[in-house]
Amino acid sequence: MTLRVDGLSVAFDGVSVLDGVDLEVAEGEVLVLLGPSGCGKSTLLRAIAGLERPSAGRILWGDRDLTDVATHERGFGLMFQDHALFPHRDVAGNVEFGLRVAGMPADQRTHRVARALQMVGLEGFGGRRVDTLSGGEAQRVALARSVAAGPRLLMLDEPFGSLDRVLRERLTEDLGVLLRRLGQAVVHVTHDHDEAFALADRIAVLGDGRILRNGGPADVWADPGTVHAAECLGHENLVVLDGSGCCPLGRLGDGPGTVLVRGDRLTVDLVPVAGGPVAEVLGTTIRGGRTVVALDLGGLRLRAWSDGSPSIGDRVGVSVADGGVVPLSR
Amino acid sequence: MGTVRELVRASARVLCVAIPAGFLAIFFLYPVGSILVRGIGVGGLERLVGLPGRGSFRGVVWFTLWQAVVSTALAVLVAWPGAHLLARRRFRGRAVLRAAATVPFVLPTVVVGGAFLALFERFGLSDGSLRLTRTVGAILAAHVFFNVAIVLRTVGTFWEGLDTRPEEQARVLGATPWQAFRWVTLPRLWPAVAAAASIVFLFCFTSFGVILILGGPTRATLETEIWRHAVFRGDLASATALAVVQLVAVLAMVVVANAMQRRRAVGQVPVRRVLPRASSRLLVGNLGLMAVVLGMPIAVLVERSLTTGRGPDAAWSVRNYAALADRVDLLPISALAALRNSLLFAVVAAGLAVLVGGLASLVVVHGRRTTSRLFDLGLMMPLGASAVTVGFGMLIALDGPPLDLRSSRWLVPVAHALIGVPFVMRTVVPTLRSIDHRLREAAAVLGASPARVRRDVDLPIAARALAVGGAFSFAVSLGEFGATSFLPRHPDRLTAPLVLFRLLGSPGEALRGQAMALSVVLMVLTAASVLVIEGWGRRGSVRGDL
Repeated sequence: MTLRVDGLSVAFDGVSVLDGVDLEVAEGEVLVLLGPSGCGKSTLLRAIAGLERPSAGRILWGDRDLTDVATHERGFGLMFQDHALFPHRDVAGNVEFGLRVAGMPADQRTHRVARALQMVGLEGFGGRRVDTLSGGEAQRVALARSVAAGPRLLMLDEPFGSLDRVLRERLTEDLGVLLRRLGQAVVHVTHDHDEAFALADRIAVLGDGRILRNGGPADVWADPGTVHAAECLGHENLVVLDGSGCCPLGRLGDGPGTVLVRGDRLTVDLVPVAGGPVAEVLGTTIRGGRTVVALDLGGLRLRAWSDGSPSIGDRVGVSVADGGVVPLSR
Repeated sequence: MGTVRELVRASARVLCVAIPAGFLAIFFLYPVGSILVRGIGVGGLERLVGLPGRGSFRGVVWFTLWQAVVSTALAVLVAWPGAHLLARRRFRGRAVLRAAATVPFVLPTVVVGGAFLALFERFGLSDGSLRLTRTVGAILAAHVFFNVAIVLRTVGTFWEGLDTRPEEQARVLGATPWQAFRWVTLPRLWPAVAAAASIVFLFCFTSFGVILILGGPTRATLETEIWRHAVFRGDLASATALAVVQLVAVLAMVVVANAMQRRRAVGQVPVRRVLPRASSRLLVGNLGLMAVVLGMPIAVLVERSLTTGRGPDAAWSVRNYAALADRVDLLPISALAALRNSLLFAVVAAGLAVLVGGLASLVVVHGRRTTSRLFDLGLMMPLGASAVTVGFGMLIALDGPPLDLRSSRWLVPVAHALIGVPFVMRTVVPTLRSIDHRLREAAAVLGASPARVRRDVDLPIAARALAVGGAFSFAVSLGEFGATSFLPRHPDRLTAPLVLFRLLGSPGEALRGQAMALSVVLMVLTAASVLVIEGWGRRGSVRGDL
């Protein structure tokens, strides 16, 4: 079965938030919706869940049109940003909620709750009050609650939004493993491109209420298509070309426009080649074990991966390797 | 030089504590203490122990209890749809509705009594088989009218601040709207409902004017019985015994209500969300209900006040209002003169309440721990204790040595101020607490002395809260009936509510018309004083956190 979103639009008081969004998510597939805050990601999830009414478009599960089906009859799971745990119920009471409303007898519920908690690594937490949980624990309880009822589609809205970086990275890995094991259709919303690449089978970049780019992580990263999508994906070297397609790096296009210069294809020469572009080193940092150099090239700021480690103020040569320039549209 | 300044500072600090403490001790603790001493003292105890054996006493207690329970349940039920609308839907006129719903609460009980009498007469319910006048139905209707505002405010405000995501989460997990409400919304809302209900119950339990006017002689509660024994029959001993029972019951209720209030404070995460628009059906249904419950009695009252003559002779006129300046035979002064008295008393009472309440708030916020706690509890007590207790206590305590204030014309405003102080503190204390202490530190670092900090930081910020509290005290004083009806009266110093009560109890079309006109004037004065102040700046409100 497949979730299909067809030309979905949502407006609040006449202000358009989503504008003709098309999406498909198949069973066993993890789709990551990537976009900056305020681009309509959460609204899209809420509309799929039935919490917002679309002003146009349809939402289908398989052949069935769900657009007018009430939230509680859709059989989807949505995990909120900040978790929204029920403060008046303990951990088990939270996790069993979906099973309870479905009318499952108490003894079966207990069993399912225990299994769900075990799955997220929280065995024995059932009796804990939710306000005694740490951020990571609360996040995992919310996840257990969302999956316990066995929804046919699982939606996660910035599940790591409120957690610190280290915890975030660990939980992202755990979540990836868990999602593969569940084999459901998953829509995961985030503004963090690292998280997106870690989890996604497919990435859809959302901007200003539209899908800007939709494809496999590697494809999307290598060719973001638009300037906005490139920014969302964490690309830094977006270079504006003049009328003849030139910039301080040389002639990179046939006319005016913006191109992406991939940082991994930008070579830094500690000894500048005679006649080639020379940049000043503004700073260096280490990312993933490799040195990343911030450069100033005649007023153009660039970041490049480097094997050596130049010092601030050094003058170095810069050149673009094959396939390093990706044209973007506005 | 330094020692002089220190002396001034120390005496200022002493005065801050001494003025409110003295005020409370003389005008509340001593009178209430007198009730207790006489009630359980020599001879009193026997009477007290004998009370439960008397059938009439059991009947009064039973009626007091059940009318309060039913009134509370009805008030919660009637207010519920409105609370939901205000908390969870967006519509034009939301702020106006919220403010308008507060009005009934500040209306004088005597005015509400008058409004319901007019309502029943208007629709032919004052006699015949559908008679409501002098029935429990009338009492319940008036209690609902009064207390819907409390439920609306307490529950509505709390509900509005309640995160919507747990409900949405429940819906996503498969809960129907009803299940989501029952299992997720209601349990979180419950503390606010309980708090509102306990306050409404307290008010209905100690209701006085409404029962006296609408219940007639056969419907008696503890309050009206105390009054009947003390003022009507002059049987102070029986009244004292009843007052002790009343005091103990009220004290127990205040303790319970306080405990609930405390529980309410937990688990609030304010979340701002775009609320869905109210559907027109929901809006019309709600506004219709409120119009009937809250608007109708007021509308009929106004209509009646503008009508002279009955039946076929009925005509629109302002003669009833003009007649307010004339003295009628049955009363020592004209209604207009009584209104003048009331306004003067209200100004004095509000001033006193602001002074005492303001100082007490300073002590509560900045004083030592135990002093702060004592003040918080002590000065709130008059709000919980019924007005009748306050009035009766003053009657028996302050009419002879060591304190003979019977002849003082200021006893009435003092009693009113006592009831006003809690309102002032309820607005001022949270405001003072909300002042960032770094503001004070910044002022101190810039060279301001502690007194200067109070004057230049605390006072300007708390000024609005003081004004709101003062306006409430003013309104409460204007309409105060329970305590005033006990206090020694000089015929020429009757207040407007007392005159109104007499007018309502007298037969004759002309007097009834005058009573309605006086009701409208009192209503406009009280409502205006509160609404004007609440509209100014619109931040926080007295009823919201009561």
